Amino acid sequence: MATAGTKNRPLSPHLQIWRWGPHMFVSILHRVTGNGLAVAGLGVLLWWLGALASGPDAYATFAWAMTTPIGYIVLVGISWAFFTHMMSGLRHFVLDVGAGFELNTNKVWSILSPVLGVLLTAAFWALLLLR
Amino acid sequence: MGNGTSIGRVRGLGSAKGGTHHWLIQRFTAIGNLFLVLWLVVSIVLLQDLSYASVADWLSNPVPAVAMILLLVSTFWHARLGMQVMIEDYVHEHANKFACIVALNLAAFAGAAFGVFCVVRLALGASA
Repeated sequence: MATAGTKNRPLSPHLQIWRWGPHMFVSILHRVTGNGLAVAGLGVLLWWLGALASGPDAYATFAWAMTTPIGYIVLVGISWAFFTHMMSGLRHFVLDVGAGFELNTNKVWSILSPVLGVLLTAAFWALLLLR
Repeated sequence: MGNGTSIGRVRGLGSAKGGTHHWLIQRFTAIGNLFLVLWLVVSIVLLQDLSYASVADWLSNPVPAVAMILLLVSTFWHARLGMQVMIEDYVHEHANKFACIVALNLAAFAGAAFGVFCVVRLALGASA
């Protein structure tokens, strides 16, 4: 029923039609990191809280899993996804009030937000591992 | 629906009239996430270590326990709204889309409820 009368409608051009720019990259990154956090980030958070509520034995299992190489990759990935999603989310707040749409400004913040996300991730792990 | 008349073919295909509310709640929960997850990040860095004793002792206190419960509500709500948009963009078949949104709602509520229960259990000392 959804397709009734929609067969010959003009479609908007898809990704490969447009000339690539950083604003497209940061938009896709926002969606990927957001959905990644929703699945992996909240999943690990629930495992952590569940292990805490279940007692030291369950927590030891969680701590073992998270300190394996794969565990570290997952944790670094989650923290990177959070800081990146946070920076592009802050960019969205600025765009929401109608600011930052000038071509140069838009380009600068599209490049800066993922870079700041990586830097914040590095700072977080440096603080965590060097304390 | 769709007995051949022009109006019948287009009914139900337009806006659901709920977009502004969805958009606003996405922003409200985003602001909540900003403060609450940054609180969690700073807390993790400030904790002496991440052993069971340190973390359980910290999270049993009233303020961290309440903040963690608020974090769970805010992040699961935000994730539920965001994943709905992804499903609506990529799942085009009506029945599949409906099933995905139902599953998303169940998972979001179940996840948040489990997390909140774990914090309450820990804070009220049921396992200590």
